[in-house]
Amino acid sequence: MSARGTKKGGGTAKAPGSDDRQKREAQEKRLRAVWKSPSGWRYWTSVNNTDIGVWYASTAFMFMLFAGVLALMVRTQLAVPDNDFLSADVYNQAFTLHGTVMMFLFAVPIFEAFAIFVLPGMLGTRELPFPRLSAFGFWSFLLGGVFVCGSIFFGAAPNSGWFMYPPLATSEDAGIGADIWLLGLSFIEVASLAAAVELIVGIMKFRAPGMRINMMPLFAWYLLIVAGMILFAFPPLIAGDILFEAQRLLDWPFFDTSRGGDPILWQHLFWIFGHPEVYIVFLPAIALMAMIVPTFAQRPIVGYSWIVLAAVGTGFLSFGLWVHHMFATGLPTISLAFFSAASEAVAIPTGVQIFVFIATLLAGRVIFSVPMLFGAGGLAIFVIGGLTGVMVAIAPFDWQAHDTYFVVAHLHYVLIGGMLFPIVAGLYYYYPLIGGKLLSARLGKIAFWLMFVGFNVAFFPMHLTGLRGMPRRVFTYPEELGWDWLNLISTVGAFVFATGVLVVVFDAVRPKGKALDASRNPWNAGTMEWATPPSENWGMRSIPEVKSRYPLWEEKELLREIDEGRWYLPDAQEGRREALMTSVLDGEPQEVFRVPGTSYLAFICAMTLGGVFIAMTYHAWWLALISAVAFFVALMGWIWTGTGQIPEKNEKDVGRGLKLPLYVSGQPSAGWWAMFITMIGDGTAFGSLLFGYFFYWTIHEDYTAGLPGPGMVWPLVALGLFVAAWLIMIISKRLNSAGRVGLFRLALVASLLLTVAGSGAGLAGPWLYDMNPELHVYPAIVWTLVIWTVAHAGVGVIMQAFCLAGSFAGRLTPRYDKDIHNVVLFWHFMAVTAVFTFAVIGLFPRAL
Amino acid sequence: MGFRILPKEVESLWTLFTAPVIWAVHFLVCYVWAAIYCAKKGPIDAGFPLLRGGIGAATIVALLLILLAAYLAWRQWGFGVVDPPHDQPDTRSRILFQGFATLLLSALSFVAVIFTALPALFLEACFP
Repeated sequence: MSARGTKKGGGTAKAPGSDDRQKREAQEKRLRAVWKSPSGWRYWTSVNNTDIGVWYASTAFMFMLFAGVLALMVRTQLAVPDNDFLSADVYNQAFTLHGTVMMFLFAVPIFEAFAIFVLPGMLGTRELPFPRLSAFGFWSFLLGGVFVCGSIFFGAAPNSGWFMYPPLATSEDAGIGADIWLLGLSFIEVASLAAAVELIVGIMKFRAPGMRINMMPLFAWYLLIVAGMILFAFPPLIAGDILFEAQRLLDWPFFDTSRGGDPILWQHLFWIFGHPEVYIVFLPAIALMAMIVPTFAQRPIVGYSWIVLAAVGTGFLSFGLWVHHMFATGLPTISLAFFSAASEAVAIPTGVQIFVFIATLLAGRVIFSVPMLFGAGGLAIFVIGGLTGVMVAIAPFDWQAHDTYFVVAHLHYVLIGGMLFPIVAGLYYYYPLIGGKLLSARLGKIAFWLMFVGFNVAFFPMHLTGLRGMPRRVFTYPEELGWDWLNLISTVGAFVFATGVLVVVFDAVRPKGKALDASRNPWNAGTMEWATPPSENWGMRSIPEVKSRYPLWEEKELLREIDEGRWYLPDAQEGRREALMTSVLDGEPQEVFRVPGTSYLAFICAMTLGGVFIAMTYHAWWLALISAVAFFVALMGWIWTGTGQIPEKNEKDVGRGLKLPLYVSGQPSAGWWAMFITMIGDGTAFGSLLFGYFFYWTIHEDYTAGLPGPGMVWPLVALGLFVAAWLIMIISKRLNSAGRVGLFRLALVASLLLTVAGSGAGLAGPWLYDMNPELHVYPAIVWTLVIWTVAHAGVGVIMQAFCLAGSFAGRLTPRYDKDIHNVVLFWHFMAVTAVFTFAVIGLFPRAL
Repeated sequence: MGFRILPKEVESLWTLFTAPVIWAVHFLVCYVWAAIYCAKKGPIDAGFPLLRGGIGAATIVALLLILLAAYLAWRQWGFGVVDPPHDQPDTRSRILFQGFATLLLSALSFVAVIFTALPALFLEACFP
């Protein structure tokens, strides 16, 4: 069906009439009722982006404070030589958990929180497209985070460093902490991927009408790139986690050199994630600066396109840096040199951003406020971290500095300057949007100077301690090495810094008097998020057409028109939450999107899925199984009741004479994009496992170690069956569109049976040839690829059955066919996965 | 006109990423080729000049492709007749913005490809 709306009549606002006010108030009443957060204990089932955003950010800040306390314990232990404040084991747990929590439970989630909170307003719309997914992400994050953090109170925290290198982390010494790390964080990574899907679809498809890609706020550009990076960076880590946990749980020897494994593979997979991760946390912070700097320079950003260049360029180049964490592992020098070169190249786009900010400040009249103070101070710190980064990107220098406090100083300069300070700037800047109050400028300045001075006093000396040879992660040191006074200074600085953080926290949570009441747009900013009233849940009162990059500056009447409901969707006659879906490039309205509302299903899904991971940690297999079944039931309930609903009418008048369809399927639809993006991430994880297969091939003379393979026949049979199942799925979609419902159902059943047969044939290869995955890494990696594919086939079968049920239940018809479009899209990826798996395991051993 | 040397202008978000994708492919080719070579052939081998030559050839191909992408971007940018900021609320402004941003990314990718190729110019063995 056509996605384009039909536009009738002009677009000018009517003159306000006498009964206009009454109409407006009735509209507002309906809108308020529709977007209301539930009250009482049910408040926690809310899925509103403003609620979830605040919960998410507060939780991330709590984890940050917790990890900060761990850091202070570490600093106390190191303050004097031969200290016994902490035992070696507690010290190991403290620094491991500090790094883990700061990276996984603060740095990434805090930007997801900011984005969920502020992005819908910034894009001039009401909500992100999948609010229940945001809620699911939040509850997963909370559960996983508490699980990981809580472990230290039982002396069971991970203790092998935040990057968990085997063989240390696969050894007995690692204890259950390693499992808690692997399973707890895998669970949170799922939440991050969910957030990435939400953000990409939101930014591409849910901008205000007329917000072309050259009008998008820069924050949205950055977040789009960052979410794309998550899709390619997190899946390798998930793949690594799978291999790692298979070794710990099942004794499959992926990282055990005595049985053909190699710990270096973990380092590759971890850092393919870990280096882009640095930019995944840095870019959103710099994105906040790209919103704050123009506001306080009171002029548009200088070099909008250059910022886009920097964001996209950094996003790509950051994937060519991962081996610079592995310079000391003995890889060929020429390999190191490629990564060294890329590490130097990434300084170019990073520098461009800094210069754009400086140019904007020079061209405008700068107002020095607390957000600017934190922003500018953070950038100064970050530049120092960037410069030491250029130093350690040079391999010979890195060999001297590797694993010393020089690196500790470098990474804290980068992360605290490039991420924490801008986040605090963002907190001061956006705080009025939460409850209509400003934070205190006086306390903000005190906090800034405590943090800025404390930070430099704490971390600058670490460069010197490092160059004097102090290795990171030692729990104490003898007196005569000349590290003692430097460490003492660092510790003093750390406590000063922490005092500054406490001032910020105090300022944020204390009751505020009338003096701090903020006006609607207290900083006189130009972007749309300041048009959302903090006292209402609906975001935009009506969804405007955007005609400039800084609409609130350039269209003086716009705010009034939005508030008076003179733009699109000013009402909620049908009692449904609604937003406009628009086209990717030009923001042309395409659909009235019914936004899912309050539901406890997202919460249940998060808790049950979390239950699976937590039960697995303690080898409670029955509990894991029960949780898995509960999760499956809840998930099916969620999808069945919450997606692909057939609307009560075909199209709707959204105001100003514009009529838009209420149901769009296929490529323009939000669900199609969500599936596409999810499967890109899924494909990356699969690619990482394939990388593992070929990695073992490169490191061994004979990577099969003379062991039997899965043969050629069974893999090729499986390949053929999967390709046939895929082709029939494509045909089935056409049959449905052509209205041949009976044949469509028959095709679904045929494809389902072929999928089951293909899975059987796929498993038959390694099974019939007695491949024992505990014996050697070759059978282990073959089994891993086959199980991955068969697990996906299982998901494919569920989807086929779902479509079949939908067809019988009348929710999937030739006219209303979202589900089959999305399922066929899944099947394209499924087919690629099957072809690669079975071609590689069946043919590659023969090709040699 | 039938045959055309240069492709028609396409309306897509994805063209923005052309040059960085070429950089990424070139980077992977260099790294994977060198890694497999060094892992499978041992540290000193007569084949190293072949590897260097191959990386050189891949670099020339990548740079030419980026130049092509840059030319297409320049064309999309209207050959630079209109200056940025390209912030008007019309399709033309959006297309000019895309062209300009793509051109900038082509320049960055061009430099980054040269950066990546430099090791092959200077190093004469896997472990010199």
